[in-house]
Amino acid sequence: MATVAPARVRGGQGVGVVLLVLALLIGLAAYAMVGLGFAGTVPADVAEYGLGMAVLAFGAWAVVRWRAPDADPVILPTVVALNGIGLAMIYRLDLSYEARGRSSYGFADKQLVWTAISMVLAMLLLIVLRDHRTLRRYTYTAMVASLVLLVMPLVPGIGHTVNGAQIWVRIGPAGLQPAELAKLTLAVFFAGYLVTNRDTLALAGPSVLGLRLPRARDLGPIIVVWAASLAVLVLQSDLGTSLLLFGLFVAMLYLATERVSWVLIGLGMFAGGAAVVATVVPHVHARFDVWLHAMDDDVFNKAVGGSGQLVRGLYGMASGGLFGTGWGEGRPYLVPYAESDFIVASLGEELGLTGLLAILVLITILVHRGMRAAIGVRDGFGKLLAGGLAFLIALQVFVVVGGVTRLIPLTGLTTPFLAYGGSSLLANWLIVALLLRISDDARRPAPAVRTSPPTPGVGTPAIAVGADVASPTAAGPGEDDQPTQVIGRAR
Amino acid sequence: MNTPLRRLAAMALAMSLILMGSVTWIQFFQANRLNNDPRNVRTLYREFGNARGPIVVAGTAVASSVAVDDSFGYQRQYAAGPLWSSVTGFYGITGRTELEQAANSDLTGRSDQLFFSRVRNLLTGGSPQGASVETTLLPAAQQAAIDALGDQQGAVVAIEPSTGKILALVSTPGFDPNVLASHDTAAASAAYQSLLSADGNPLLNKATQEIYAPGSTFKLVVASAALESGSFTADSTLAAPTRLSLPGTTATIGNFGGGGCGSDPITLADALRVSCNTAFAQLGMDVGESALSAQAKKFGFDDPGIAIPMGVATSKFPTGLTQAQVAQSSIGQYSVTASPMQMAMVAAAIANGGTLMKPYLVDAVRSADLSVVNTTTPQVYSQAISASTATTLTTMMQGVVTGGSGKAAQISGVAVAGKSGTAEVPNNPPNAWFTSFAPADKPQVAVAVFVKSGGSLNDEATGGKVAAPIAKAVMEAVLGR
Repeated sequence: MATVAPARVRGGQGVGVVLLVLALLIGLAAYAMVGLGFAGTVPADVAEYGLGMAVLAFGAWAVVRWRAPDADPVILPTVVALNGIGLAMIYRLDLSYEARGRSSYGFADKQLVWTAISMVLAMLLLIVLRDHRTLRRYTYTAMVASLVLLVMPLVPGIGHTVNGAQIWVRIGPAGLQPAELAKLTLAVFFAGYLVTNRDTLALAGPSVLGLRLPRARDLGPIIVVWAASLAVLVLQSDLGTSLLLFGLFVAMLYLATERVSWVLIGLGMFAGGAAVVATVVPHVHARFDVWLHAMDDDVFNKAVGGSGQLVRGLYGMASGGLFGTGWGEGRPYLVPYAESDFIVASLGEELGLTGLLAILVLITILVHRGMRAAIGVRDGFGKLLAGGLAFLIALQVFVVVGGVTRLIPLTGLTTPFLAYGGSSLLANWLIVALLLRISDDARRPAPAVRTSPPTPGVGTPAIAVGADVASPTAAGPGEDDQPTQVIGRAR
Repeated sequence: MNTPLRRLAAMALAMSLILMGSVTWIQFFQANRLNNDPRNVRTLYREFGNARGPIVVAGTAVASSVAVDDSFGYQRQYAAGPLWSSVTGFYGITGRTELEQAANSDLTGRSDQLFFSRVRNLLTGGSPQGASVETTLLPAAQQAAIDALGDQQGAVVAIEPSTGKILALVSTPGFDPNVLASHDTAAASAAYQSLLSADGNPLLNKATQEIYAPGSTFKLVVASAALESGSFTADSTLAAPTRLSLPGTTATIGNFGGGGCGSDPITLADALRVSCNTAFAQLGMDVGESALSAQAKKFGFDDPGIAIPMGVATSKFPTGLTQAQVAQSSIGQYSVTASPMQMAMVAAAIANGGTLMKPYLVDAVRSADLSVVNTTTPQVYSQAISASTATTLTTMMQGVVTGGSGKAAQISGVAVAGKSGTAEVPNNPPNAWFTSFAPADKPQVAVAVFVKSGGSLNDEATGGKVAAPIAKAVMEAVLGR
């Protein structure tokens, strides 16, 4: 149970502004250097681009100051920096695609539009959602939404297959990957479901060999999620998303129950299911083959489903070496999907090991700011949601970068904030909005408690613990998931 | 639930650290292996994408890289390609040969001597610039050699005896390296394949990469061994029968044309002049295998380490021979083999008072900022024969040109020393040889000419008829006549 986690009430908003300017400068400098490296001149529209990004970023900053004044000041600049780096790389690849006469380019413009849309929608979410606990009301709505989103690509007429994975929905001119948004709704559903059922899940059931096994009837929802993610895997041939969704669920289940047995059962079930699927579904089987025998000549030279893309990505990263070729000076366009699935390889090539490590550090910072919000927030729903979302980002990056570096089998996931893809960008910005919202709550001073502060040194242990919770009345065992009126209505 | 949150955060951190390790593994520890993977097209791009240094002959670039607007960035171009193809070789997608290969580290700017210029590039952000490789070649000699060879398959090597500078290096048929330097992979491969199967094997350098029976030109080595032994002089008399039966066999050796050598016995000088086979076969047996082998080694035979800087095929004087085989070897048959480069070295050693200079092709290496990185200083390869032996041999070789088998190499007003060779090839017209130097008193050029399968004269060919005029043309070009 929660021990003392002193809620440090620090503004840090001044630091936030400095960091935000820095983040903008990183993106802007990257954009300018792409032009310098590629064509020898700074792009003509660098001022407009800079202004546009500054307006967006400071607009977001203003909304955060207005609606979530205590929110973690590091989160927004980190994301702006990542987004800017991704935009610069996509722009850089566009230049190469255009120069080499490829028919499809203009990714950067679309990504820029998506960035604007995502940031605006994320800020709207922050404005509308005054308290993250409101979301708990929509636990089962979120479940239904998740299932709909996951099934959408399979619906004839709007479903769309790209590279063997049926994960796209095409409505009019816009292509969407609904699974990206399903991450968000599923996290809300899991948080709501688990915070309600955590005691049954945690405490009931027989104990075998030191592991407390869950009761059969409590396994129900887990079976459902397991089946759903395997269905995603089988029906849509999307190994990455199914891994992601299942990983998210197992992580949140562990957060809610503190039971390692759940993690083991979950991982075992997924591994078993995936093993079966890998032997049965050719598309998935090929992925494993590519992973294990990437450098073999026959696998490398296979026209479809070979390791060519993966190994070319490795070549690119290797050619970047320690310090990279510099923006616009490498040949990242030699790797298929350099702007989306393989943007990490592109960044590794042009920014080198140093640059890539810096990017990974940025992502690590973002994840840990999310975790810190989860630890700091007082209600169980918020803890589960923030912890789950933060872990989701970490897991997604792990799956992508691990896949590109041949640590694990390659799956078709996007790198959060960096890779080309509107759905991914939107979903991740919405996650950021939620993390900002929760961190605002986590860092907000608890005014009611402080009406008669204890004299320093005289305070009793009970009061010291109470500093961590929303109100004195909520203090006590299981203090962080006291039902509220809001929750009552959700039932 | 803060305890599991902290554990999950730790897990996320661990995942980040694993990724950092994984990225480091690829970009640092595995980078070299991946960069050198033959399937890695980037390696090719990187090579082609740098400004490769030119190969320079007499102040003019015969191979140079010019910036082009394709994905490689630079196109290798060969001015007068076929004229220099046996020197430059080619540099393309299918590989690289000759100087393009042998001087690659200088041309790419990656040699150790260019370290500081690389560091400067790293600091100033400049891209690596290849160094220019300046050759010792003399365009007039090269042109004369290729013109004189014409359609005939063969090779010419001309050396400045006092330094070892290679003045001409020709192998025919040549090829146009520009075709092989094409950035169109399909076109370059097709050109490469067709050259591989082309008549006369243009990609094989007959001057340095091939070894042939040297025929009578090897008598220079036998004569050297005999004179060095101290038991013979130019005036020593040798038995010169019409046919010489070889000890231990029923075989015999005859003279060219089946006749005698003009007199019997014959002096050593006259034996060389008329290229008397029976006299030299007997002389070789008298001098003995070990002395012949030792003498051949001093001229460069059996040394696998000769490089100009391209490696030269090892010329061979076999050991463990019977007397009959020694007799055959002494007239340049049996399994004695020599490259045209080797025979040019023999002539050059005699021309230079017995001192054999290491032959070399690269005079200087200049970095992109024109500062000299490396200059070749002439080096002695060996003291092949004594100065007095060299003088004696020179006189004898002059006799070959004035009144023997090498009259076709005469140049009016210049004393020329030479030796012809006609090497029998089973079921084929003979290979014609001529090796010479001029002026005899103060040699400026030593030449070896090899014409395969009799050249334009076919079965009628002899070294004196086919190869000597080519040697003459090259010597004239060097002497400026």
